[in-house]
Amino acid sequence: MTEPPAVTDPSPGAEPSADDTASAHRAAKPSLLDRLLGRAPTSSTAMDLMLQAKTGEGSQELEPRHESSLTQYGMETGSRLALAEGVSLDRGDLDVEVPEDESMILNLGPSHPSTHGVLRVMVEIDGETVLRTKPVIGYLHTGMEKTAEELMFHQGCTNVTRMDYLSPFFNELGFCLSVEKLLDIEIPPRAVWIRMLMCELNRVSSHLLWLATNGADIGALNMLVYGWREREMVLAFFEKVTGLRMNHNYFRPGGVAADLPDGWRDDVTALCEAIPLRMDEYDELLTGQPILQKRLVGVGPLDADTAISLGITGPLLRSTGVAWDLRRDNPYLAYDEVDFDVIVGTNGDCWDRYAIRFNEIRESIHIVSQIADKMPSGDFRTQDKKVTPPPRGRIDESMEALIHHFKLYTEGFRVPPGEAYVPVESPRGESGCYIVSDGSSRPYRMHMRSASFSNLQAMAPMARGSLIADAIAIVSTIDPVLGDVDR
Amino acid sequence: MTEELASAEPRLLHGCPLVESAGSYVVHCNRGSYYELCANLRTDGYAMPVGVTGVDYLTHPGRDLPDGIDAERFEVVVELLSLVAHKRIRVRCQVPESDPTVPSLFELWPGTEAHERETYDMFGVVFEGHPDMSRILMPDDWEGHPLRKDYETGEIPVQFKEARR
Amino acid sequence: MGLENLQHNFLTGTLEGMVKWARASSSWGANFGLACCAIEMMASGAANFDLARFGMEVFRASPRQADVMIVAGRVSQKMAPVLRQVYDQMVEPKWVISMGVCASTGGMFNNYAIVQGVDQIVPVDVYAPGCPPGPETLIHSILTLHQKIRTGEITRRSSGEPGAGVHLGEPDSRGALRVKL
Repeated sequence: MTEPPAVTDPSPGAEPSADDTASAHRAAKPSLLDRLLGRAPTSSTAMDLMLQAKTGEGSQELEPRHESSLTQYGMETGSRLALAEGVSLDRGDLDVEVPEDESMILNLGPSHPSTHGVLRVMVEIDGETVLRTKPVIGYLHTGMEKTAEELMFHQGCTNVTRMDYLSPFFNELGFCLSVEKLLDIEIPPRAVWIRMLMCELNRVSSHLLWLATNGADIGALNMLVYGWREREMVLAFFEKVTGLRMNHNYFRPGGVAADLPDGWRDDVTALCEAIPLRMDEYDELLTGQPILQKRLVGVGPLDADTAISLGITGPLLRSTGVAWDLRRDNPYLAYDEVDFDVIVGTNGDCWDRYAIRFNEIRESIHIVSQIADKMPSGDFRTQDKKVTPPPRGRIDESMEALIHHFKLYTEGFRVPPGEAYVPVESPRGESGCYIVSDGSSRPYRMHMRSASFSNLQAMAPMARGSLIADAIAIVSTIDPVLGDVDR
Repeated sequence: MTEELASAEPRLLHGCPLVESAGSYVVHCNRGSYYELCANLRTDGYAMPVGVTGVDYLTHPGRDLPDGIDAERFEVVVELLSLVAHKRIRVRCQVPESDPTVPSLFELWPGTEAHERETYDMFGVVFEGHPDMSRILMPDDWEGHPLRKDYETGEIPVQFKEARR
Repeated sequence: MGLENLQHNFLTGTLEGMVKWARASSSWGANFGLACCAIEMMASGAANFDLARFGMEVFRASPRQADVMIVAGRVSQKMAPVLRQVYDQMVEPKWVISMGVCASTGGMFNNYAIVQGVDQIVPVDVYAPGCPPGPETLIHSILTLHQKIRTGEITRRSSGEPGAGVHLGEPDSRGALRVKL
């Protein structure tokens, strides 16, 4: 028998194409059976090669303990990350009871049944108990910040809206508010209130989807099916107003793209009546359920100091007891004119986050009904001709309107040089667009501060010491949206 | 408001010029005073790191900077928040192209860890003292830093394209 | 495997029809939701639009047990090898629906980060346009796929003429077309 050729690992990062894996040029490593029987290994099938090929992710994998640096180790175990002066972290202080060769490094994802997107989590476990966690992201990186430099300011919302695809209005709002800050223009009141209406309804639909996917992750599959019911009602309203169910591109710098359709008040009133009734049904279904309580109470605790130093915002921060809500503490739009409560938790565990999001739906419906009463009349977009294109009907009548339309849609409007960052409270936390303008019609730099990107750093402190199933529940209650994380 | 500020004495915050820009406070610094400034801001009560990002000013060199700040190719922008005082502040640090390294803020705010990795991935700015300075969004062996201005978008030419500036 | 080698006659002709019917009526999807399209895919599976009436309510996490991979969302450079790995792990017969414009052509993200069309990585059977395609569009694409399964050849991607080797004869006296086997 001829000598088997040397085993060559595929180069890291190479995409295994159909030709490569079917190639017979690479032979298998001798398996245990081969070695016992003293025979040469047979040539590999594609399956064998795939099983042996490394993913080539490199340093993003969770290194064995002796290979990771001390600070990295401390980060992955979620131990107190910012140490006081003079205190050093001794590797021997942690995991003394579990020697390194008795633990296992396990890979969860990126393709997995948990419905939160392509998040890959590497965990070091001792049996079922999680010791170290490392989320690996980048599987949905879309280059949106680079694309934004190619798009004009009035096109920017099409790009930005697809980042956090569960709450697209908030991305658009962050972008538009920053651009309007740079332009230094006033938005008509009706546009402000329309934006508030759409944003709060979007918060409702996002939290309803969270209830559904959280149910799926912890096994309450009936909630997965129920959660889409009311979301479809809200999405039908969005389709009526904006034309799309998701990724609306409705907010524009200067206002909104079109006015609310006739009969919107009836639709909103119907939503405000139907959703609280259904929320009471879900309350009865879920909240008193002992299994749900066992899955969520006490799981994944987070304390306020760690949360603040990690940059955590949104329901995750509020669950630790910090009453920070940008709608109240850093008001934008007209949130100081509506009355709502900020829901705050006490223990920082998954149960608090569930309760906060549940009650935030009710609060948002309360805000929506106030908006329906108080909606002012007027323009839905600023009349500033440099920013807003003329109505389509005017183009036939007026030469000036035609020229304005042409200029706006081919060259775009110029924004004075400067920088702006206006944060908004998205369903996940603080979200906002940092825009640097150099005076042209395209952003020089657009960076989205996304809530999920920062919130995902909380996974390590929360997951330590929990079971794997709890780790899934923790990821679920962090509520990451990978489009937001990876952009 | 900006006119009044321009005519007034330039304000200094911990020795670095403080300006007001589009309704927010921005403090500029050179690389040498970056870490000390951030440590002082943390002592002042800015407990939450909102974000760390970078900007490549290769094609916009003539930007407005206060006196005493030398314009470099890269800028590292740090946004901080004080929940107690309801205040925000932005730090802009100049980073030269020839030696794109900056001290990491991980020891001050652990929440800058993922943001600094992203800035390294996208711009190539290395944060010294960061526990895991590796790529976070692109594959580990990717070459080039995508958000630099001399990195092509990588678009495939299509038939229709709107007017360039 | 023996089935495909049989010469088709009046006995095996109907068996082939039954196999195709069974495949089309119960094709289970592999879990490959990536971005916004995944949300619309889940909405299609939920009660309002209900994929269960087409036999597709089950989305299998294990690719071994799945028949259809609906690539729902934008595929980034890092995700491309994962996509190929999941596709390779699926057992024949398998089909791919490319859902949304990002999966079909790269969509609005014509840049370094997104693979410009998953057909560069896996062979695609049906393309569903939209950003994101609403549940109606996705259901239409699934029904198109079922049509393709029911009328296509029983072994896929074999060289030679497309189709099941079934030919239509001349119209008879009533104008109906008869199948020549």
